[in-house]
Parts: sequence; structure tokens; C-alpha cells
Amino acid sequence: MSEERLYLYPLWLRIWHWINALMFLVLIATGLSLQYAGPESTFIRFDYAVQYHNIAGIILTISFVFFVLANRFTSNRKFYRIKYKGFVKRLMKQFRYYIYGVFIHEPKPYPVSEKRKFNPLQKLSYVMVMYLMMPVIIITGFGLLFPETNIENVFGVAGIYLTDLLHIVTGFVLSVFMIVHIYFCTFGKTVGSEFKSMFTGWH
Amino acid sequence: MITKKTRAFLLLAAMMTTFISAWSQDEAEEERVYDFAEENHQCFKCHGHKTFYYFNENMDQQIRERMNPYYIIDTVEYYSSNHWNFSCFDCHSYDYSDFPHPNELRMEPKPGCLDCHGGDDYEDLSWEKIDEEFQKSVHSTKHSADFKCSMCHDPHTYKVNARTNENIKETIQYDNGICLSCHADINKYQLIVDFVNPNVLETHQWLPNQALHWQSVRCIECHVEMNEDMLIAHNVQPKEKAVRKCVECHSENSLLLASLYKYQVKERRNELGFFNAAIMNNSYIIGANRNYYLNMISLILFGMVVLGIGIHATIRIIKK
Ligand code: HEC
Ligand code: HEC
Ligand code: HEC
Ligand code: HEC
Ligand code: HEC
Ligand code: HEC
Ligand code: HEC
Ligand code: HEM
Repeated sequence: MSEERLYLYPLWLRIWHWINALMFLVLIATGLSLQYAGPESTFIRFDYAVQYHNIAGIILTISFVFFVLANRFTSNRKFYRIKYKGFVKRLMKQFRYYIYGVFIHEPKPYPVSEKRKFNPLQKLSYVMVMYLMMPVIIITGFGLLFPETNIENVFGVAGIYLTDLLHIVTGFVLSVFMIVHIYFCTFGKTVGSEFKSMFTGWH
Repeated sequence: MITKKTRAFLLLAAMMTTFISAWSQDEAEEERVYDFAEENHQCFKCHGHKTFYYFNENMDQQIRERMNPYYIIDTVEYYSSNHWNFSCFDCHSYDYSDFPHPNELRMEPKPGCLDCHGGDDYEDLSWEKIDEEFQKSVHSTKHSADFKCSMCHDPHTYKVNARTNENIKETIQYDNGICLSCHADINKYQLIVDFVNPNVLETHQWLPNQALHWQSVRCIECHVEMNEDMLIAHNVQPKEKAVRKCVECHSENSLLLASLYKYQVKERRNELGFFNAAIMNNSYIIGANRNYYLNMISLILFGMVVLGIGIHATIRIIKK
């Protein structure tokens, strides 16, 4: 592993990332509170939860649009490009490392370098999350915010119901992603080093 | 890419649906014979219109005059109401055939709903209990002389909805229309009191998505005391007692199941595992619509992820 320090996370990315993470935590807390609302078991008062959830969702949307644009027009975008040839093989190699290699202290198959910020698994999950899941959850979220935009009725089920189902399922998948994501961020030089990087920018 | 085959299929499907809906419409409008149409027409020719004509013998000419708007009865609504097959004379004196109507008629009491609907014959709609509840309501306690059932149920136009209409949204609109006919209309409001009606849009500002709420729930959901014994509870409470807590509806045992969806709630969980399936076809109520299987699956998946991370981390620590 090279010892030279790399500047991997530019300021705009760090700001985006921590706003994004904070809003995500708010959305999960309020979202769960709404979904499991009950007279005795309210975690956050319903009307507050609705309001916080809406506000956090709007901030998240703005920051997401910012991310997409910034990622389009800066060099950071190269890290998100998937080369299909041999991708599955590379994925398997990384996967093998995580379930076996890491325990016997094998070297990382795809160490971080200037050209390669993410290992194949990271790359796949970030691309899926940022360019598939996030748009879905944002669009369905706005569908719920402006219910009149929903199709009234789909085969006897309220259209808004389907929108919501998609919103909740995506929210769940993203929450699971976040937990796994945080865990995989402990694979740096030390358990905390990657978190530090995301604050300082230096790897 | 619509191929010929799919186009043919779509056409067929469209034809089927028009056929089926046309057929079911026929079914609903089982031949009604309006026994009193002719008899009632002698009244509708004046009371069905904004203006009416009569022959003034003193002036020896036909006079066109305005009808008191409160005395106008919509013919179409009358013939689709509960009392569609009634003659005016079932409830009003024959002497109304004369015009001008004889003076004594003014003094004659008009029949109340309970005059006919009291007693055992009509138990299914719990009339007596409704009357009891109504007597306790704000409207009745404050204005018992002026506020009668007919303020909300015009005997000429009322048509039961909640019990019979399969389209919940229509029922909601109908029932809210009853309340809004006064609370959003100063003229009718002031038939009862002298002051101006508080603007209901403003007094309900605390409710987000107000327009959506008023299409999806009825005023009575929040303003009427629950009562197990009848489909439509009738005790309208003072405003301090109105439902304000969101979770009363936005929760698994939503109060809507005991009111708005009372008639629909047959099963607690349908075959697909949806809690409160009755609500699902019409709207989505945060907190009230949960899917049992989705809940289980997400719980299991979540547990597995946490467990996996736990095991992985433990091995990492051991092998350090
Ligand atoms: C030529 C027009 C005309 C015809 C026909 C007519 N009405 Fe009227 N009706 C009026 C007018 C005008 C009033 C209001 C003035 C009054 O009370 O006399 C009225 C008032 C009434 C009232 C309210 C009386 C009150 O004091 O509350 C009733 C009830 C009524 N009519 C019933 C009938 C019935 C039933 C018929 C059919 C048999 C009928 N009317 C036919 C013109 C008519
Ligand atoms: C089921 C009984 C019933 C039938 C049938 C009926 N009415 Fe009435 N009508 C009433 C009652 C009760 C009132 C008094 C309403 C009130 O006090 O608000 C009334 C009031 C009226 C009034 C006065 C308006 C008012 O609000 O005071 C008119 C006009 C009238 N009826 C005309 C007719 C005509 C015309 C017909 C036939 C087409 C008819 N009614 C059929 C029960 C009936
Ligand atoms: C003159 C007697 C009379 C008066 C007054 C009267 N009704 Fe009726 N009502 C009847 C009769 C009889 C029927 C049954 C008609 C039928 O089945 O076609 C009926 C039917 C109904 C129904 C439908 C019941 C069902 O089982 O579908 C409702 C609801 C109703 N009336 C409400 C009212 C209300 C509200 C009032 C007072 C504003 C009222 N009625 C006043 C006689 C009356
Ligand atoms: C403040 C308004 C209001 C008053 C006053 C009122 N009702 Fe109602 N009532 C309603 C509403 C709203 C419904 C629901 C209508 C629907 O969808 O069929 C209803 C429904 C009913 C039904 C149908 C119940 C069923 O099971 O289908 C009956 C019967 C009834 N009312 C009788 C009465 C009688 C009798 C009185 C007077 C003692 C009365 N109402 C006074 C608002 C009122
Ligand atoms: C005929 C007109 C009329 C109709 C229909 C009507 N209301 Fe009212 N309502 C009034 C009037 C007038 C008052 C004011 C009574 C007072 O304060 O003296 C009132 C008062 C109230 C209040 C009490 C407000 C307070 O200050 O505590 C509530 C709640 C209410 N109405 C709800 C309803 C609902 C729900 C319906 C429909 C089911 C309805 N009203 C239908 C005329 C009407
Ligand atoms: C989600 C529950 C809810 C619904 C639905 C609802 N209300 Fe209310 N309403 C309330 C509450 C809570 C208050 C008390 C507000 C306050 O005290 O500031 C209230 C107050 C009122 C008042 C008294 C206003 C005043 O300041 O004097 C009237 C009248 C009223 N509502 C009528 C209606 C009518 C008509 C509808 C249907 C179109 C309706 N409400 C629907 C909850 C509701
Ligand atoms: C009387 C029952 C009732 C009460 C009380 C109630 N709601 Fe609702 N609410 C509903 C229903 C029913 C819907 C579903 C609308 C639809 O999709 O048709 C809804 C929808 C909503 C929505 C829109 C959800 C979407 O799909 O876009 C929001 C936000 C909301 N409610 C917030 C609140 C808040 C905050 C409160 C408390 C201040 C509250 N509600 C109180 C019945 C209620
Ligand atoms: C509190 C929660 C979170 C923590 C602690 C956290 C932590 C981190 C850390 C340490 C990194 C740098 C390591 C790496 O590049 O892989 C990182 C990167 C990243 N995180 Fe997070 N994260 C959180 C939430 C999220 C959420 C909710 C999302 C998306 C929905 C997300 C998306 C990303 C992306 C896309 C990157 C790569 C950014 C880039 O370098 O281009 N993170 N995160």
C-alpha cells in the first residue's frame, strides 16, 4: 500500500456528503415514526414528524441535485464509471476478499490510488444508490408531497398507495445500505481513518 | 413498441370494459316506475323552477314571479332521493293544490322524520338512537327550536350514501356537503344564528394538506362522538372536543375503521397481508396502511444484515 497521502474528497463532496448523511438520519427517524405511528407509541409527534420529514426531504433533494451536477462537471465522475468487461470477476474477487482474505490479512485486491477511489463493490453500490435508488425515493417522495399528481386508481388500488409502497421499500433498502456502508468504512488503515478522511479530504 | 397483437388486445380490453360498465349501469337502474310523477308535476311546475307563472285575475294577465330560493326543489334530486316514490301530498296537505296557498296551511306543522320513521319498522337505521344522539349535539342543545333533522336531511333530496354508495370519495363529498351547506354558506348559517360563520378553512389551518384531508375524511370523523350502535353517529360535539391528534387516524387502529370505513371493514387483514385493507382501495393513510408480510420481511432482512455485520466484525477482531 502506498504511503503517499491522496486528496480524494474535495470540499464540495465532503459538504454534500455530511449534509446528505444528516438529512438521511432525520428522514429515517421521522419516516419510521410516521410509518409506525400509534397513540401510545409515537416516537416523534406526528405533525412534527411530517414537517421535519418534508423539510429534510427537500434539503436532501437539493443536495442530491447538487451532487449529480458536481459529479458531472468535476473529475470526481471518473470514479463512478463502470467498465463492464470483467466487472463481475472483479466484483467476485473483492467479495472473496471480504468474506475470506481480510481475515488472513491478505493485501487488498483493489487498493485506493489516485485513479481508483473505490473498489468494485463500492463502485457498484454507490452507482446504484446515487443513480437509481435516490431518484426513486425522491420522485416517490414528491409524489406523496403532491398527492394530486398520482394516478387515481391502478387496478382497484389507490395509486398513491403504490407510490408509498415504493417509497417505503426504497427507504428500507437505502437504510440497509447506510448501515452496510458505514461498516465497510471501517476497513481503512485503522477503523476510524476513513471517517477522518471524509472530514479532512485526505486519504 | 405497440405490436399489432397488443393493439388488438387493448382494443378488446377497452370493448370489454365499456360493455361491462354499461351492463352494470343498467343493472343499477332497475326499472323505476314513478307513480306520482304526474301528480307532483302540478307542484314542480312552480317549485321546480326559479320563476313561476300564475294568472292574476284582477289584472287579467299571466304574471311571472320569482320563487323563494328555499322553496325550490330540484326535480332530478327529488326523484333519486330516498323518498322518490312519494307524492307531495303524502307529507303536505291537499289544499296546496290551490294557489295562492290557503293561509291556514302556514300554521300547519310539517311532519318530522320520526313521525314516520319512529317505531320498530325502521330499526335497521337506528332512528330512535340517532334522535337521542342528535338531541345531545351542539346544534340541537343550542338551537333546539330551529335545528331539526331536516336542516341536514332535506326530506326532498336526501339520499343515503354511506350505507349504499361504493365510492367512498363520493360519500365523503356528499356528507361534507351537508355540513358545508351551512358552515361555508353564510346565508344558510344565518337561518339559525345572527353572527357570521367562522371561516372553516381558517379554523382548520393546523391540518396540513387540508384539501386532501377534506376529500378523504368527513367532518363528522373529527366532530362527532363515536357510537358503536349506529353507522352514522350523530352527536356533534363542541369544538373543544374535536379530534385533533393526527395519530387517531394515522395509526394501525385508525378511528376511520370505526367510522368512515365501518361498513367496509370485514376482515382485519386480507389475503395479501395488508392491515386495514378496506382503506387501501381509496387512499393511503400514513401509519394506518401497513403490510404484514413486508413488515416481517423487512424485520428479518434487517436482523440478518445486523447479524452478518456482527459476525464479520467479531471474526475480524479475533483474527487481528
Ligand atoms: C303557481 C305556483 C305554485 C304551485 C302550483 C304550487 N306552489 Fe307551493 N308555493 C308557491 C309560492 C309562491 C309559495 C310561497 C308563498 C306562500 O307561502 O304562499 C309556495 C309555498 C309552498 C310551501 C311552503 C309554505 C310554508 O309556509 O312553509 C309549501 C309546503 C308548498 N308551497 C307546497 C306546494 C305543493 C305540495 C304544491 C303542489 C300541490 C304546490 N306548493 C304548488 C307557489 C306554488
Ligand atoms: C317525506 C315527506 C315529504 C315529501 C314527500 C314532500 N315534502 Fe315538502 N316538506 C317536508 C317537510 C318535513 C318540510 C319542512 C322542512 C323544514 O322544516 O325544513 C317540507 C317543506 C316543503 C316546502 C317549504 C320549504 C321549506 O324548506 O320550508 C316546500 C315548498 C315543499 N316542502 C314542497 C314539496 C313538494 C312540491 C313536494 C312534492 C314534489 C314535497 N314537498 C314533498 C316533507 C315532505
Ligand atoms: C310521511 C312519512 C315520512 C316522513 C315524514 C319521512 N320519511 Fe323517510 N321514508 C318514508 C318511507 C315510507 C320510506 C320507505 C320508502 C321506500 O322504501 O321506498 C322512507 C325512506 C327513507 C330512507 C331510506 C330508508 C332505507 O331503508 O333505505 C331514509 C334514509 C329516509 N326515509 C330518511 C328520512 C328523513 C331524514 C326524514 C326527515 C327529514 C324522513 N325520511 C321523513 C316515510 C317518511
Ligand atoms: C348536523 C347534521 C345532521 C343532523 C342534524 C342529522 N343528521 Fe342524520 N346524518 C348526517 C350525515 C352527514 C349522515 C350521513 C349521510 C349518508 O352518507 O348517508 C347522516 C345519516 C343519517 C341516516 C342514515 C344512517 C344509515 O345508517 O345509513 C339516518 C337514518 C339519519 N341520518 C337520521 C337522522 C335523524 C332522524 C335526524 C334528526 C333526529 C338526523 N339524522 C339529524 C347528518 C345529520
Ligand atoms: C343548518 C346549518 C348547519 C349545518 C347543516 C351544520 N351546522 Fe354546525 N353549526 C351551525 C351553527 C349555526 C352553529 C353555531 C351554533 C352556536 O354557536 O350557537 C354550529 C356549530 C357547530 C359546531 C360547534 C362549534 C363550536 O363553537 O363549538 C361544530 C363542531 C359544528 N357545527 C359541526 C358541524 C358538522 C360536523 C356538521 C355536519 C355534520 C354541521 N355542523 C352542520 C349550523 C350548521
Ligand atoms: C381532522 C379533524 C377535523 C376535520 C376533518 C374537520 N374538523 Fe372542524 N375542527 C377540528 C378541530 C380540532 C377544531 C377546533 C379548532 C380550534 O379550536 O381552534 C375544529 C373546529 C371546527 C369548528 C369551530 C370553528 C370555530 O372556531 O368556531 C367548526 C364549525 C368546524 N370545525 C366544522 C368543520 C366542518 C364543517 C368540517 C368538514 C368540512 C370539519 N370541521 C372537518 C377538527 C376537524
Ligand atoms: C380524521 C382522520 C385524520 C386525522 C385526524 C388526520 N389525518 Fe392526515 N390523512 C387522513 C387521511 C384519510 C389521509 C389520506 C389521504 C388520501 O391519500 O386519500 C391523510 C393524509 C395525510 C397526509 C398526506 C399523505 C400523502 O399521502 O401525501 C399528511 C401529510 C397528513 N395526513 C398529515 C396529518 C397531520 C400532520 C395530522 C395532524 C395534525 C393529520 N394528518 C390528521 C386522515 C386524517
Ligand atoms: C452517518 C452515515 C454515514 C457515514 C458515517 C458515512 C461515511 C462515509 C465515509 C467514511 C466515506 C468515505 C469512504 C468511501 O469513499 O467509501 C463515505 C463515502 C460515501 N458515502 Fe457515506 N456515510 C454515511 C451516509 C451515507 C449516505 C446516506 C449515503 C447515500 C445515500 C452515502 C453515500 C456515500 C458516497 C456516494 C460516498 C462516496 C463519495 C465519493 O468519494 O465520491 N453515505 N461515506
